[in-house]
Amino acid sequence: MVNDIKYTKEQVWGFISEIPDPEIPVITIEELGVLRDVEVTPTKVIVTITPTYTGCPAMKMFEDDIISTLKEHGIENVEIKMVYSPAWTTDWMPQKAKDKLKAYGIAPPVDGSADKGVLFANGPKVVICPRCKSKDTILTSQFGSTACKALYSCKDCLEPFDYFKCI
Amino acid sequence: MTTNEALINYCLRLGDSSLILGQRMSEWCSNGPILEEDIAMTNIALDLIGQSRTMLTYAGKLEGKGRTEDDFAYKREEREFYNTLLSERPNGHFGDTVARNFLHSAFFYHLFQALKNSKDEMIAAHAAKSIKEVTYHLRHSSEWLVRLGDGTEESHNKVQESLNDMWEFTGDLFEMNEVDELLIKEGIAVDLTEIKKEWDKTVNQVIERATLNRPEECYMQTGRLNAIHSEYLGHLIAEMQFLQRAYPEAQW
Repeated sequence: MVNDIKYTKEQVWGFISEIPDPEIPVITIEELGVLRDVEVTPTKVIVTITPTYTGCPAMKMFEDDIISTLKEHGIENVEIKMVYSPAWTTDWMPQKAKDKLKAYGIAPPVDGSADKGVLFANGPKVVICPRCKSKDTILTSQFGSTACKALYSCKDCLEPFDYFKCI
Repeated sequence: MTTNEALINYCLRLGDSSLILGQRMSEWCSNGPILEEDIAMTNIALDLIGQSRTMLTYAGKLEGKGRTEDDFAYKREEREFYNTLLSERPNGHFGDTVARNFLHSAFFYHLFQALKNSKDEMIAAHAAKSIKEVTYHLRHSSEWLVRLGDGTEESHNKVQESLNDMWEFTGDLFEMNEVDELLIKEGIAVDLTEIKKEWDKTVNQVIERATLNRPEECYMQTGRLNAIHSEYLGHLIAEMQFLQRAYPEAQW
């Protein structure tokens, strides 16, 4: 057959795992936890991904990037499968990615898991300023420049900064 | 009615309510009272539209006639939308939006908590995913309700009036018919009278903290189950569907 896939699952995973987030280019779809699975059949490659937020516009770009990256390796027949369960969580993010976020100027998610306070934020959470390392920071808004970030500002260096929310 | 037909209708109810509330929130884009709120409200709009995409896509798949999420959003008439009457209320002033979003987010929050255990895998996954976003929406509107209610005399009075105005559209959230009956038996849908109890608790708790009064029980407007709407939905979808109506099949 013309479309015979001659790569292994591991090779295909390697091709696409380094695709960067379009908004936060220092982290990859693998580190973000968006890339869930790769399946190689004799005639096609099935890539399973999960959205960070349901409305995140980056998802379409991830799909396009996966398809074009695989095309560069001669893989034309690609199916993107979107799964919603288990729901994406920042808990999947490895320490290495958190360090990269910090170096990039975004405070990484602090807690092990989601902020559990439903009606009102549950007490003070220390988010360290990625610029001056001060712990004296304050939440400006739960919503920031993208769905995954909140706005903080530092009371020491007075700079505003993004915080990658825990969900 | 088959289970499949009931499930399609159920997905449209969920998807349409998210879509219409999301469209409403997007009307705040560039009109927020302060920059941070402008960003917050458009973030919420994005989440809601994202949630609607999942449900409308699933409805199309269940129907099996090749309809896509866009076909459902852009090519249906007013009388084919199953969104809650509350979701289509106009934005009004900021307090009106806060009151509407608070009452609606509390409904979604408790509904999705329960639907996480739905026997339909897609509905359960959708609920588990959406609850994370809706938690932020509920917290956002709750905090604002408290700030406005427990703020100045003017903000207190205005937001109390907003709550009173929205109240008659809250009964519609909990209406049920044979679709619910069938799907509850299958373990897919949940009994909205149970959701109402949880909703009441949350609503009372926040209203009290905001030093406001729970509006008195009154005549409740209904219509969602039969796709009967207030005069506002037609105008909303006219704007939402304009591009696809004027330039059919236009692609972005």
